[in-house]
Amino acid sequence: MNPAVTETVNDSIFAHDHHLPGQKLPTDIPEDLLRKTPLNLPNASELDVLRHYTRLSQKNFSIDTQFYPLGSCTMKYNPRIAHALASLPGFARLHPDTPAPAMQGLLQVLWELQEWLAAATGMAAVSLTPAAGAQGELAGVAMIRAYHLARGDTGRNKMLIPTAAHGTNPASAQMAGFEVIEIPNLPDGDLDMAALDAHLGPDVAGIMLTNPSTLGVFERRIAEIARHVHAAGGLLYYDGANLNAILGRVQPGQMGFDVMHLNLHKTFATPHGGGGPGAGAVAVQERLRPFLPLPTVLQEPHGALRWMSIEDLPQSIGQLSAHGGNIGVLLRAHAYLRRLGRSGVGRVSAYAALNANYLLKELQRLGYQAAFPERRASHEFILSVSDLHKATGVRALDVAKRLLDFGIHAPTIYFPQLVPECLLIEPTETESKATLDRFVAVMAQIRQEALEQPELLREAPHHLPVGRLDEALAARKLDVSAAPE
Amino acid sequence: MPYIPHDAEETAAMLAAVGVNSLDALFDEIPSSLQVHDMVLPEGLSEMALRRELEGRALANAPLVCFAGGGAYAHHIPAIVWEIAARGEFYSAYTPYQPEASQGTLQVLYEYQSFITRLTGLEVSNASLYDGASGLAEACLMALRIQGSEKSILVPENLLPSWRSVLDTVLGMQNIRLQAVPYDPNSGTLQIPGDASDAAALIVPQINAFGLLESVDKLTDWAHAQGLLTIAVVNPLALAMLKAPGDWGGKGADMAVGEGQPMGIPLTGGGPYFGFLACRKTHVRQLPGRLVAKTVDAQGRTGYCLTLQAREQHIRRGKATSNICTNQGLMVTAATIHMATLGSHGLQETASCCHTRSRQLRELLAALPGVSFPYAGAFFHEWVLRLPMSATAVRDALLGHGLLAGIPLREWEMGEPGDLLVCTTELLEEADLLTYRDALKSVLEAQ
Repeated sequence: MNPAVTETVNDSIFAHDHHLPGQKLPTDIPEDLLRKTPLNLPNASELDVLRHYTRLSQKNFSIDTQFYPLGSCTMKYNPRIAHALASLPGFARLHPDTPAPAMQGLLQVLWELQEWLAAATGMAAVSLTPAAGAQGELAGVAMIRAYHLARGDTGRNKMLIPTAAHGTNPASAQMAGFEVIEIPNLPDGDLDMAALDAHLGPDVAGIMLTNPSTLGVFERRIAEIARHVHAAGGLLYYDGANLNAILGRVQPGQMGFDVMHLNLHKTFATPHGGGGPGAGAVAVQERLRPFLPLPTVLQEPHGALRWMSIEDLPQSIGQLSAHGGNIGVLLRAHAYLRRLGRSGVGRVSAYAALNANYLLKELQRLGYQAAFPERRASHEFILSVSDLHKATGVRALDVAKRLLDFGIHAPTIYFPQLVPECLLIEPTETESKATLDRFVAVMAQIRQEALEQPELLREAPHHLPVGRLDEALAARKLDVSAAPE
Repeated sequence: MPYIPHDAEETAAMLAAVGVNSLDALFDEIPSSLQVHDMVLPEGLSEMALRRELEGRALANAPLVCFAGGGAYAHHIPAIVWEIAARGEFYSAYTPYQPEASQGTLQVLYEYQSFITRLTGLEVSNASLYDGASGLAEACLMALRIQGSEKSILVPENLLPSWRSVLDTVLGMQNIRLQAVPYDPNSGTLQIPGDASDAAALIVPQINAFGLLESVDKLTDWAHAQGLLTIAVVNPLALAMLKAPGDWGGKGADMAVGEGQPMGIPLTGGGPYFGFLACRKTHVRQLPGRLVAKTVDAQGRTGYCLTLQAREQHIRRGKATSNICTNQGLMVTAATIHMATLGSHGLQETASCCHTRSRQLRELLAALPGVSFPYAGAFFHEWVLRLPMSATAVRDALLGHGLLAGIPLREWEMGEPGDLLVCTTELLEEADLLTYRDALKSVLEAQ
């Protein structure tokens, strides 16, 4: 990035705005159905468009250009081969209503991915259709609801969720018609079993858990939790956001989970794309198979593959999008998994954990405070800069913004909310020791700066295309679209 | 080790720094009874072997000239669209939580929102939803929040059935009633609904599942007279030619939602696409999903950031307007570049070309004995062809001619057994239309 260059250029595509003069329109569409307001979109030369968007791309941090230790998001390398293969014309030009015999190649890929994800998670069956983690959660809790209702167990309208859970968990449960009950965590990071037991009962449909939890530590009593929830007639939902921590080593199915989603854009290295598209495949134990969202891919006894319909799965919770989900993302996840294979998958969690624990130790050595110093880090860990805040007024936000000046994307900050002034750091397995060591050196310098010249941090970033933005003004005057020039 | 850079020496040094003697020891807090050491997965492939295998799979999908639509359309995508969208700086970034380091993505989203408001004639657009159908479900939930006490939505029976299925799934979870609005079997277009009691909104698909255009002014005015909101379901390319939802009837539609795929997104068997959702400024606080605003930094420099985040799940949790977090960012980046590349000229030419091809094919087929067109009304680029035999059998036979001839309506449980939904876009040349006619003729004559 070179701010000196980007700042001198007029970066408004709207400078090319142009009203069309009245165009001769076809005569057989009635006049009252035709466009009345002239369409005003820029009419720029292709070269001007190319330059504009190339320059905009250069104002982004990305995995391909920067270390991106954004906790909970698993910003690992997105292999380019996966993009190349998903873009092959034989996939890219395939219309969704192509009859199954003419799309066996695609169906084969999807069917294999279903099988492999089931094997990797220790679950019985998979549906690939959810478009993102949150849609997978919605599908998952809807399956829990459908399961209870199908058994005539109609009183289970509550979903238990740890206080530290991702915001999507309560939002998804609410969208599926559940009342959300929050369960606190203990100071050591594990779930408060007494609080859990106090809430379990005939009105509880289930519990949604992430393991390792959002606190960056493994929920050690998971087997006991599963026993208690099952004994009370509830089911366990596994939020796959942190699956990278245990991939190839611990299976959610074996921990006692009944249903889960996987964030293929985290664990399976598909790109985050500036905010999607993701893919939130769901996996279930046998007793939830009848409720899977449609469509999924079925292999006929003679080997041919086809989409399953509602006739095949009459108790399905239904369809979540118009077609089969984010298939281009699924193709990428398949390529990644096929490239890694059995032994490669096992190494993912091992090196993700190694990088996280190494970074934690090195940062502790500099004086940074771990939120759970007695605990082993999973694939990520939480620091709290409360001590710096008290001593210098510098906040987690300021540390995050200063990191940007060094060409490092900030960790997740202020999540989970129960740890004050926290940074959630997830290096992922694809980063080298050299990159981690540079991060440690930068964090050492930032700590020094915080103690000696805290205003340097409070006013950061200094070297980006813009400084801290007036977000209050943004909400107040709410300019969310450009008026035609 | 694919994508893991550590050598043995570095691994040993890092383990020593952590104070453990093996990688396994990093998992010492996890009960050993929960740990597995093998799973039923195939061994990995080299990149070269992987490419060979997947190229084989891609070739196993027969290349077909596409006359199918039904919510997903084969269009030309200028080379620059994905050349830029696939740049690592867009491709491998995440949601712009750190605006100073994400001005590229944020400005693209602001431009996208602007383009969508201009296409739809409404004031605010969010930064995308998963696809058109799930976007419509979100629009219905939004209408219910705005209206407060009502508990149902008026859903036309000529809405694409896959979209109706998504409404059943998502709205059904909250016990929201969907009231069917019938269409006139002769015209294929909507009748003015008889009853609006307890409904929050009327969905108006412009273009409907038969490819027909609806009397959107009349339907919008009726809805407003009943105190309902109007949710327009539109094709963004068609809006280059058709009346913008903001201009429907006396007051304009209240929301517009649609499938963004025609704007530069490859078909890829059904996704990823993106849903767009636009609304009036007065309703912005009920809008689901991300929203980007223009603002300034301390030095007065223009910049962009996410705004009104208190609507969203990461702040409001269970009380958010939606559970959506990750949306379809990269698809929106491609669509923005696509719209900027074509501009209003290019979009109108493309729309006009689709329409012209559609009229030409219809004229060519009208001369074939035994075929007819059950609906006479105006269309954009898609219409129903009625064949004297099973449309599924004809579709399957034409695969052998290298054609995906359309979508048999019976697969959607609509229409007659001979009804085939046929779409043409600018990708088809006149020679393709003649090939279609001749191939269809030979299949019908073989009967």
